[in-house]
Amino acid sequence: MNTPLAHAVEEAGVTALAPVLSVSGLAKSYDGRVILQSLTFALSERQSTALIGANGSGKSTLLKCLVRLTEPTAGRIDMLGQDVRALGPNELRRFRAQVGIVWQRHNLVPRISALSNVVHGVQARMSGPRSWFQALAPATVRAEAMSCLERVGLADRAMTRVDSLSGGQQQRVAIARMLMQRPAFILADEPDASLDPQTGEEVMALLLGLVRQDGLSLLMISHRLEHTLRFSDRILGLTQGRITLDQPTALANVTDLRRFFEHPETP
Amino acid sequence: MTAMPIPPPPRFRPLRLLNYLVLLLVLGLIISSLAATAPPLDKVWRGVMRLFSPSGLFTQMFPPDFSRIVPISWKLLETLQMAVAGCFLGLILAVPFAILATDRLSPHPVVRLGARAIIALFRTVPDLVWAIIFIIIVGLGPAAGVLAIMVDKIGFAGRFFAEAMEESDPGPQDAMRAIGASKLGMIVSAVFPACLPSFTATSLFALEKSVRGSAALGLVGAGGIGVELKVAFDLFNYDEALAIILMMLALVIAVEQGSGWIRRKLI
Ligand SMILES: Nc1ncnc2c1ncn2[C@@H]1O[C@H](COP(=O)(O)OP(=O)(O)OP(=O)(O)O)[C@@H](O)[C@H]1O
Ligand SMILES: [Mg+2]
Repeated sequence: MNTPLAHAVEEAGVTALAPVLSVSGLAKSYDGRVILQSLTFALSERQSTALIGANGSGKSTLLKCLVRLTEPTAGRIDMLGQDVRALGPNELRRFRAQVGIVWQRHNLVPRISALSNVVHGVQARMSGPRSWFQALAPATVRAEAMSCLERVGLADRAMTRVDSLSGGQQQRVAIARMLMQRPAFILADEPDASLDPQTGEEVMALLLGLVRQDGLSLLMISHRLEHTLRFSDRILGLTQGRITLDQPTALANVTDLRRFFEHPETP
Repeated sequence: MTAMPIPPPPRFRPLRLLNYLVLLLVLGLIISSLAATAPPLDKVWRGVMRLFSPSGLFTQMFPPDFSRIVPISWKLLETLQMAVAGCFLGLILAVPFAILATDRLSPHPVVRLGARAIIALFRTVPDLVWAIIFIIIVGLGPAAGVLAIMVDKIGFAGRFFAEAMEESDPGPQDAMRAIGASKLGMIVSAVFPACLPSFTATSLFALEKSVRGSAALGLVGAGGIGVELKVAFDLFNYDEALAIILMMLALVIAVEQGSGWIRRKLI
């Protein structure tokens, strides 16, 4: 596995890669209250980027704006070669299908099996009754769902109801469902937040593995300094809706970072 | 501790003039209503005494006459069939109405308002009135009863289905939307499983209500055992009327017990 440092050096040397995500002048306000203001940054492919910042600094809002789960107020977003803000409703659906999201809460559908939940991921590219539950799914879809579960180490729990799994297992099922989407880009909003330290670390390692082995791009929010340092190639720091830090993880200064994990700064 | 303890607040807030006015209004409404409609006690007493006199209703009812138990049983079966058929159709049709009436799932606020209005109308007009309307449309007999029960159940279940979906956790639904699932896919695979226990409970209550309701529908000619009851009363066969009432009671209790048992098993 590449070390973060090797990646940073590589990035410094090779600038040819087109950015997989580029954001310029992105702004968001809720009822006149400014949450994000003129954010500009670009991420290159096959990288893990950590987004850090105090509570309420606008991290989740930024993630949601990227796939227009909330509509940005201004700015331009280019992601996976598409002008995101110009997409019509159907194009937006197809675009979202390519972006896997891991939420802080797993957001699985209760009362049904892990396998059915993973099969739901296929709704990114097919619809109709055969994508609704594992029992109705085509053999190829079921097989792919099983291999996604295997990837997160839960193949043996395929038929267990998700609400009877542990928090860490549920988060892994959510990651398996996201893999079922065959995403090109992963957004993760504090995937480690509700997990104990070791389980959280496993989940983060799983996500980083997708970047290193499968060449996906990852933008993740974490409230843990150790995770930020260990599982990212690059760090973006947000303070009151502005980017106040943007550097390769290998070059990051721990005392600099620490202030992003402490109290919200007073203006 | 030197600080003065903070005294607890007064038990009751002082009443304002407006509160007094509202209170007076409510009291006035209750008293005037009682005065206008409540039967005088002596009249009630005389009526009750007459029931038990040698030629009175109660005396003539005993012992119940089960001599026509076979034809009555067939009518009772028809009553149950009307209830089951009407309830089934009503529950199926209640689902789309409920979806249109649910905040998060309705395509447009105007559609939602319309759906709510229809559900409220179906629920507000009593099933006996629906039966009379459907007798005009399809003529006397069980078909009119089935339609009346169906409409009544759309009103009943539509409201509770919508309420259950309104209260369901939005997290899994948003996650499905973010995957790029179609609306139908999202509803069937994320909303329905979460609402299943509540849907089941509502359906069982709807069935109980249908059975109780369908027993009365015959009184206006919409099929079922009510016809038998009406005829028995019209011909002063009070002992047979009691037999019919007892059999209706047995059916209702059996259905209520059965559905209560299922409800406990499922939830
Ligand atoms: N739907 C909304 N309507 C109004 N204000 C909102 C909404 N969502 C978020 N906000 C506000 O936007 C600000 C940023 O919220 P956001 O959730 O993006 O912060 P965050 O950086 O993710 O914080 P945390 O670390 O607590 O998750 C907060 O002040 C919040 O109150
Ligand atoms: Mg957040």
